[in-house]
Amino acid sequence: MGDAERQLGLLIVHASLFQPALLAQYLVSADFFNGGVMTLWLSIAALAVGLVIGLLLAVGQEAPWSPVRMLVWAYIWLFRGTPVLLQLVFAFNVLPAFGVLLPGFACAVLALGLNEGAYMAEIMRSGIRAVGPGQRLAARALGLEDAKVMRWVVLPQALRIVIPPIGNQFIGMLKLSALVSVIGVKELLLVADETASGNFRYIETLTAAGIYYLVLTTVFMAIQSVIERSLRRRRVTSRQATPALEARLEVIR
Amino acid sequence: MNCLLDAAAIWKRFGTNDVLKGVDLSVTQGECLVVLGPSGSGKSTMLRCLNLLEPIASGSIRFEGQEIAGLPRKQAAALRRRMGMVFQNFELFPHLTALDNIAFGPIRVKNTPIKQARELAGHLLGKVHLPDKAEAYPDELSGGQQQRVAIARALAMEPALMLYDEPTSALDPETVGEVLNVMQELADEGMTTIVVTHELGFARRAADEVVFMDEGQVAHRAPVDAFFHGGAPDRVARFLTRMHG
Repeated sequence: MGDAERQLGLLIVHASLFQPALLAQYLVSADFFNGGVMTLWLSIAALAVGLVIGLLLAVGQEAPWSPVRMLVWAYIWLFRGTPVLLQLVFAFNVLPAFGVLLPGFACAVLALGLNEGAYMAEIMRSGIRAVGPGQRLAARALGLEDAKVMRWVVLPQALRIVIPPIGNQFIGMLKLSALVSVIGVKELLLVADETASGNFRYIETLTAAGIYYLVLTTVFMAIQSVIERSLRRRRVTSRQATPALEARLEVIR
Repeated sequence: MNCLLDAAAIWKRFGTNDVLKGVDLSVTQGECLVVLGPSGSGKSTMLRCLNLLEPIASGSIRFEGQEIAGLPRKQAAALRRRMGMVFQNFELFPHLTALDNIAFGPIRVKNTPIKQARELAGHLLGKVHLPDKAEAYPDELSGGQQQRVAIARALAMEPALMLYDEPTSALDPETVGEVLNVMQELADEGMTTIVVTHELGFARRAADEVVFMDEGQVAHRAPVDAFFHGGAPDRVARFLTRMHG
């Protein structure tokens, strides 16, 4: 868009500053709704890819073979060391040159997911490390082989530890997914942008998109806090309450 | 006398530090052996070498008539099923109930059907006098209760030998007795036992023989009466005096 056009757009907006009715119309429009659904799906899919990759990387990092650990290190180095926007554009524009022609959505999930995996690996690793060496020793003493120690003793405990940070990553992903507008995936930001390019009502379109983002992030923050509370609650309420504890709970109630 | 475990001249190094310097230790079927000694004398390390949690630099370990030192990982894991181990800090699995902690070994290692493993676990909870704690999580149990669950977890694998690594050192004084009682009951039933401990009273009551370790070596070994009342070497006598405070 040229400068002249932008000037014109600003003039028009100034002419009639903010139109609540137009905002309301966008909020209930099929385009914005579909954009919101796309943002949600994209975030869920990318996070799922990130989770699987992160788990594999984290377990790989604990592997007794150094080539595996080197590979994991190189992966994290690469994906954390370059901008995710570059990775996204790379997947969209460079992969076709190698005969890999993916639709925009798949490129978006691939790039965001691969990138997320690098960060998720660090989170998973901190969870795995938080399970003390005594736990592994106890499991080995029972006769479990190394892989089973990881599967049945370390991971179940580590996953409980990483649920809160994974929730944060998901909320981050909802916002990060706006980047994929640059490769033409019709998520919230692109819908807003395209809508505005027709009538220059940036203030209403971007506000509508912003409201959608806020609704999504608020809902997931609420879900996250419910999960965290239920994880904590098991520890408190299932404890056989001593009279003193009961008394304290009474006061709190 | 049927020798169950016979370790000869085992050496263990951590880096340049020799922790075990030619330890000889044997235990016969049904015997209760108590290992005493000052901190840092290598007692805990020795236990971990016996069930191959720690590899040894040299020496031989014969268990049930077979040489087990240096077994590859997979066979070492299989071998550990035959030796139960109880740790100072219990190390129950915090994400599982007491019952499932006990059933865990049979289910994950022996592929015992879950229902059958839980029945066995319930039976063992009774054996350690915690029949009503099946659904409790470890963080809802006292230290003494957790340690008894840990003993039941080890028993669930039907081991030929129980190894206890300072099982009461992390406990409140009032719960030490209940753990020692369970250990003694098991020993009295004929469970072959090696206990690393500082509990002299337990050694007197339950031990058949007592081993005194010092600086990575077995400094003295004697039947329990001789150990406490016979002419123990000076080093042992000094240790015993200090322990009595």
